[in-house]
Amino acid sequence: MKRQSIDKGVHSLFLAIALFSIIFLSLIMLFLFKEGIPIFDFITVKDFLFGQYWYPTDDPADFGIFPLILGSIYVTIVSGLIAIPLGVMTAVYLAEIATPRVAEIVKPIVELMASMPSVIIGFFGMVVVAPFLQQVFNIPVGLNMFNASLMLAFMAIPTICSLCEDAIFSVPTALKEASFALGATHLETIVKVVIPASLSGICTAVILGLSRAIGETMVVLMAAGGAAMIPMSIFDPVRPLPASIAAEMAEAPFRSEHYHALFAIGIVLFVFTFLFNILADYISYRFRQTGEASL
Amino acid sequence: MKNRRKTVQKIWFLLLRLAALLNGAALLLIVYFILSRGFTAISWEFLTKAPENSMTEGGILPCIAGTIGLCLVTIMAALPIGIASAIYLNEYSGKGKIVRIIRLGINNLAGVPSIVFGLFGLAFFCIVLDMGVSLAAGGLTLAIMTLPVIIGASEEALKTVPDTYREASLAMGATQWQTIRKIVLPAAFPGILTGSILGISRAAGETAPIMYTGAVFFTPNLPDSIFDEVMALPYHIYVLATAGTNIEATRHLQYGTALVLIVLVFGMNLTAIILRSKMRKKLRI
Amino acid sequence: MGHNIKMHTKGLDFFYGDFQALENISIEFIENRVTALIGPSGCGKSTYLRCLNRMNDLIPGIRVNGLAMLEQEDIYESSVDVVSLRRRVGMVFQKPNPFPKTIFENIAYGLRVNGLKDKAKITTIVEKSLKQAAIWDEVKERLNESALGLSGGQQQRLCIARALAVDPEVLLMDEPASALDPIATQKIEELISFLSSQLTIIIVTHNMQQAARVSDKTAFFYMGKLIEMNDTDTLFTRPELKQTEDYITGRFG
Ligand SMILES: Nc1ncnc2c1ncn2[C@@H]1O[C@H](COP(=O)(O)OP(=O)(O)OP(=O)(O)O)[C@@H](O)[C@H]1O
Ligand SMILES: [Mg+2]
Repeated sequence: MKRQSIDKGVHSLFLAIALFSIIFLSLIMLFLFKEGIPIFDFITVKDFLFGQYWYPTDDPADFGIFPLILGSIYVTIVSGLIAIPLGVMTAVYLAEIATPRVAEIVKPIVELMASMPSVIIGFFGMVVVAPFLQQVFNIPVGLNMFNASLMLAFMAIPTICSLCEDAIFSVPTALKEASFALGATHLETIVKVVIPASLSGICTAVILGLSRAIGETMVVLMAAGGAAMIPMSIFDPVRPLPASIAAEMAEAPFRSEHYHALFAIGIVLFVFTFLFNILADYISYRFRQTGEASL
Repeated sequence: MKNRRKTVQKIWFLLLRLAALLNGAALLLIVYFILSRGFTAISWEFLTKAPENSMTEGGILPCIAGTIGLCLVTIMAALPIGIASAIYLNEYSGKGKIVRIIRLGINNLAGVPSIVFGLFGLAFFCIVLDMGVSLAAGGLTLAIMTLPVIIGASEEALKTVPDTYREASLAMGATQWQTIRKIVLPAAFPGILTGSILGISRAAGETAPIMYTGAVFFTPNLPDSIFDEVMALPYHIYVLATAGTNIEATRHLQYGTALVLIVLVFGMNLTAIILRSKMRKKLRI
Repeated sequence: MGHNIKMHTKGLDFFYGDFQALENISIEFIENRVTALIGPSGCGKSTYLRCLNRMNDLIPGIRVNGLAMLEQEDIYESSVDVVSLRRRVGMVFQKPNPFPKTIFENIAYGLRVNGLKDKAKITTIVEKSLKQAAIWDEVKERLNESALGLSGGQQQRLCIARALAVDPEVLLMDEPASALDPIATQKIEELISFLSSQLTIIIVTHNMQQAARVSDKTAFFYMGKLIEMNDTDTLFTRPELKQTEDYITGRFG
């Protein structure tokens, strides 16, 4: 009976280990709240979220993160405007048009894009894109919302592209053949059959891509310009949420108001991405691709 | 009519092709810049010396060592946990509630922003567990971040092992653990390996999670123990580029460090990609 | 007499979730005889076979009622150790499924997992099993080569050898020759006849001639029920029921 009892033990052990993920997630939430909540002894939730001024080191300090939230939302939207069409189109190209040989080259390229360290993308934004934008658009600072959005798009594209491709690829061939048999062109088949059939997967991909953009730190820290003001133009510098945390943690005294405020920003950021994930989960579950039935 | 449809299709396909091309071009552009400008900075000294003169001269050895050290800690923590979790999910679990919860945890962990991992690592590992800013704290923070990637990759690899292997083994009176250890894991090993390399390469390039948990501005010493603070390549780039003593004059060091980081990360990725395509070819035969 | 009952089920019901795949199946399997299970596709033959070594346990949401006995032991009793049950009741699958290991290791695997460490003994049993499965002459020169390099028919005989190595008392075979060409099929059939003197064999087949050639008893399944069971000769020449006759003469199914 010995090996049978080992088997039982191993089973329980693996279950215990598998619980680590959920434990870590809970711990992350716990510590964010534990260190973030105390800020609300000094400021109401409303003033924190909608306050216009972020002067954490002044005396008295202002902890309004509205400009930071707007900064995050703006860069995410602008990067989405770039990354969604590019990512989806590349995915369509890969799944439908590219010959296997070409796809075999393009796919690793997309994977390498995904693996490019964010600090290098931010660095590139600083030293190459910023001076370029400054010259071309004749603006005072090259480190701005547009620059950061461009760089974020670069990070979101591979996520969007590879998830989209999976979704498009899993559209049953029978569906496509049916469309071809009716005399539709390849493009018509793509637009009228393939994309509708994989729409839920595409939406999930887009949401997860944007979620990656909103949570990305180094790029916005290095290329967004860092001004905690509500931007008036696409070429204004902004200071998205993650950038604030990363830039200021070093100077925030341990368990000071500022320190707690930064953790509270972490909560906001966590909630943002959490909602994105739930939404993606919901869409992919609710509108699951069920072959023919999804049309 | 027919011609018009054909033309529309041609135009669209051209656009799609251009989109794909644009991605490739963007990647190439970045790599080209880093490569062409970083190349001149690379020398034997650069790779084997510590930074000197307030980090305006010298090399990046402590950063290389630090990044490798962080990766090792990450591997040691994330690999066993990740593979065991994947085994549980793929081999043992049915469709119960626990599995739903575990999967929810993994999915959401995958979506947590990297800076939030940094905050957590700071509050938990550095402060509560009293590790301070150290190789251990930084590596563990990275490990938690990498966990979903490794679990995902391992599960994928386990799924490619045909069920007939499992059935044959069980039908001979092997226990489930024997089946997993002797049949399933060996068959899934190459897939797990490539997935793990991809996960670790991501950890190697991350900055935000280690900024306040493992990496410091400057320390000329190589780490002796896992409770030492370290320098790390990505953080070094950030520091030199934004807060160095003389940002403009150290550009070549920044490019050089970036080049080393890219080579490291892409090297791991290409290894994984090549391994994987070899594996696929072998499976097809 | 020599007509010991090796295994039997009594009133066995089986459910995949809400779907009842088997209804009230009672069969007795005589020791050292071959029993064939026949019936149209989807009638539950495989399901029944996999009940006998509890292979179905791997599928979530299944339920079993009734009795399934190996000699005097109820195999669905909670105290039963599934692992040793499966060692006693071996199985050969429809598609040959050798492990991606060497020929030698494929056979040795079952011995090792069952706790045998003695190298010399393992070597002896490997050879004995391969001979039993009538494949020794074809593979003795290449024991250390991958089993995946064998032909389909050889692979299937290797899988039989692998099942035999752990010395099972009952051997379940689910359409063991359906993926093979006629010559390989013939070899498998000869092998079954040869083995039947040593252990109890229960074989699922779609091939009437095969059932007629290799088995002593035949059971006809239809829609999850046992319709008729008899000596193979009798069943094929003088079936009692019209349904059975229609099936074996190929009028439906
Ligand atoms: N895992 C499963 N889950 C749900 N239903 C199943 C499962 N496996 C088999 N069934 C159903 O149970 C019934 C019996 O299946 P089974 O595989 O036993 O038939 P069979 O007689 O072996 O058929 P064949 O001759 O095609 O192999 C079928 O209706 C099948 O659809
Ligand atoms: Mg069957």
